[in-house]
Amino acid sequence: MRPARDRPGQWDDTWRQEPVTEMSDFTLNGITVVDTFAEAFDVAGTALIITNDTAKWAMIAAVTMTGFATSVIGCGAEAGIDCELSPDETPDGRPGVRVLLFGFEPNGLKDQLLKRVGQCILTCPGTACYAGVEGPHKIKLGGAIRYFGDGFAVAKRLPDPATGKARRYWRIPVMDGEFLCEDFVRAVDGAVGGGNLLFLGRTHAGTLKVAEIAVDAARAVSDVILPFPGGIVRSGSKVGARTKGMMASTNDAYCPTLKGRAGSELAAEVGVVLEIVIDGLTSRSVAESMRAALHASTEAGAAHGLVAVTAGNYGGNLGRHHYHLKDLLSKEPAAEATAS
Amino acid sequence: MSTLTLRQEPPERLDLLPVTPLSLSGLSEAEAARLPVGTSRRGLTLGDCFSLSLDGSDTLTIEGGSARLDGVGGSLSGGVIRVVGDVGQRLGAGMSGGTLTVTGSAGPFAGAGATGGTITIEGDAGDHAGGAVYAAKAGLDGATLVIRGRAGDHLGDRMRRGLLLVGQAGAYAGARMIAGTIAAQSVGDHPGYGMRRGTILTGGHGALSPSFVATGTHDLVFLRLLARSLRTISATHADLAAGALTRYSGDLATLGKGELWVAAG
Repeated sequence: MRPARDRPGQWDDTWRQEPVTEMSDFTLNGITVVDTFAEAFDVAGTALIITNDTAKWAMIAAVTMTGFATSVIGCGAEAGIDCELSPDETPDGRPGVRVLLFGFEPNGLKDQLLKRVGQCILTCPGTACYAGVEGPHKIKLGGAIRYFGDGFAVAKRLPDPATGKARRYWRIPVMDGEFLCEDFVRAVDGAVGGGNLLFLGRTHAGTLKVAEIAVDAARAVSDVILPFPGGIVRSGSKVGARTKGMMASTNDAYCPTLKGRAGSELAAEVGVVLEIVIDGLTSRSVAESMRAALHASTEAGAAHGLVAVTAGNYGGNLGRHHYHLKDLLSKEPAAEATAS
Repeated sequence: MSTLTLRQEPPERLDLLPVTPLSLSGLSEAEAARLPVGTSRRGLTLGDCFSLSLDGSDTLTIEGGSARLDGVGGSLSGGVIRVVGDVGQRLGAGMSGGTLTVTGSAGPFAGAGATGGTITIEGDAGDHAGGAVYAAKAGLDGATLVIRGRAGDHLGDRMRRGLLLVGQAGAYAGARMIAGTIAAQSVGDHPGYGMRRGTILTGGHGALSPSFVATGTHDLVFLRLLARSLRTISATHADLAAGALTRYSGDLATLGKGELWVAAG
C-alpha cells in the first residue's frame, strides 16, 4: 500500500468533493486534467552504480537489490532502476545499472542500503558496486560490508581518471574472486518521494496501457524511479481505516466497485483507476517526470478510454512539495514545486 | 611565473624546503633574496645562490638544477614547482599538494612522507624513493610519485598510501609496505619484503622471498580500476595492469595482506 494520501482524517466526509469528471478542470489532448496537485515529501535518497561482466548480470543484481522496495512504510525503502549504463559510463569499464534508493532519513537509508547490498550485490557473481551520486551526507558502505571479509578484506585508494580525486574501495575476498565495493556512498539533499498521477479509465486493459505509456515517459527522465510493480500501483490508500490500529487502508473514493456511495470520486463511466508514483533525487526531476507522464498519457488516452488524470494529496498539510497539474500542462519545463 | 635561476654550483648543500610559490608570493624580490637556504655557518641566502624573478604567481620554475638542492617542494601545498635539472635528497618530502616536476634526476628519499599532490621525476631517483626517512613511521603517504627512469633500492619502503609509478626499481621495492600501490616495469630482488598490505605490479622481478605464495591468475575488477587510473599517467604501466598477470600473496612472514602482480609468461 502507498502511504496514506488524499484524505487527512478517518471518515471525515466534509472534505469530499464532487466526482472529478464532473468538475470544470483543464483539458489536455482532449482528456480532463483535474485541477489538483500531487503532494510529495522530502526523503533521503542515494544512487548506486552496479557493474558486472555482462549487462545481463548487472541487471540481475539490480533487479534483485531493488526487489520488495515499493513503499518505504512496508519495505523500509523505495528503490528502483534509474537507467542502464554503457561501459563508457561506469568506473570499471563494464556494463552497469544505476539504481536509486530512498528512505525516510539517512540512517534508515543506510540500514536498507547495507542489507540490500549485503544480500543482493555481494552475493551476485561478478558484481561490483560504486557510488552513483554526489551529495553532502556520507553513508558507509564498503567500509561496513568489509567485515564479511573476516579480516582478509583490503582497502585500495585509487585516483579516479575522470575527476582526478582519489576514491577508496574495499576488496572483499569471495568465492569467485573479489567483491569490490566503494568505501562510502553519498545521500543527497532535496530528494523527493511521492510524486504521483492517477489515471481514471473505462477498461482495465485500456487504463493499464495508458499507465504503461506514462511509466515509459516518466522513466525516460533521469534521476527518478517508479518503485511499484512495473511502475504502477492499483492499491492507492488513505490515512487510517475503520479497523482500529490500521495506519492506512484502501482509497475507497477511487475504488470503482464503491461508486455511487457517498464520497466516491468517480464518475459513472470510470471503471478502473491506476496510479503511478515517482521518487526523484531532485524536485525538478520529479516534476519533469510527472510532466512527461501527463503528456504521454493524455496523448494516448483517447484511444484507450482514458477519462481523466488526477493526482493524490493529503490536502497539502503533510508534504512540502506540491506538484500542481496545471503547472505541468505546458510541455515547457516549469518552476520548482511550490513549498507550502 | 616566478623563476629562480641558479647562478653556479652551490658551495654547500642547500635546504629549499621553505621555498614554494605560496611562501614567495607575499615577498618582494629583496625580501625573498634574504631567505636563508644554507646548511653551514656560511649563512647562504636565496639571493646568494639564485637570481630571482618573482611575479606572485602559483608557478615557480627553478632553472639550473644541482644534486645539492635538497628538500625542494617539501612544503608545497598547492601550485606548481618545476625544476629544470637535477635535485638532491628529499624531493617533495612531506608535501601535501600541488605539482612538482623535475626534468633531471633526484637523490634519495624523494617523496618521503608526501601526503598529497603529484611528484614527477623525468630522470632517475636514488634509494628510498617514496620510502620512509629514518625513524619515520611511513614513506609515501598519499601522494602520487612518478619516476620515469630508474629508482634505487628500497623503493616505497614503509609506504603507507598513494601511487608510486616507476620504470625500473632496485632491490627491496615495497619492503615493509603498509599499504598503497607500486607499479614498475621491473623490480629487483625481494620485492615486497616484509610488506603488510599494498599492491606491487611489475613486469618482472628478481629473487622472490619464500614467504610469498602464488595464488594463480585472476580477472579482478580491481585490476580494471588500476589500469584506468594508470592510463592517465603511463600507457605502458596501464597495459601491464590490463594484461595477463600472476598473483603472489605476501609477505606471509608478516600480516600477509599484500600482493605482487607479475606479468604472466
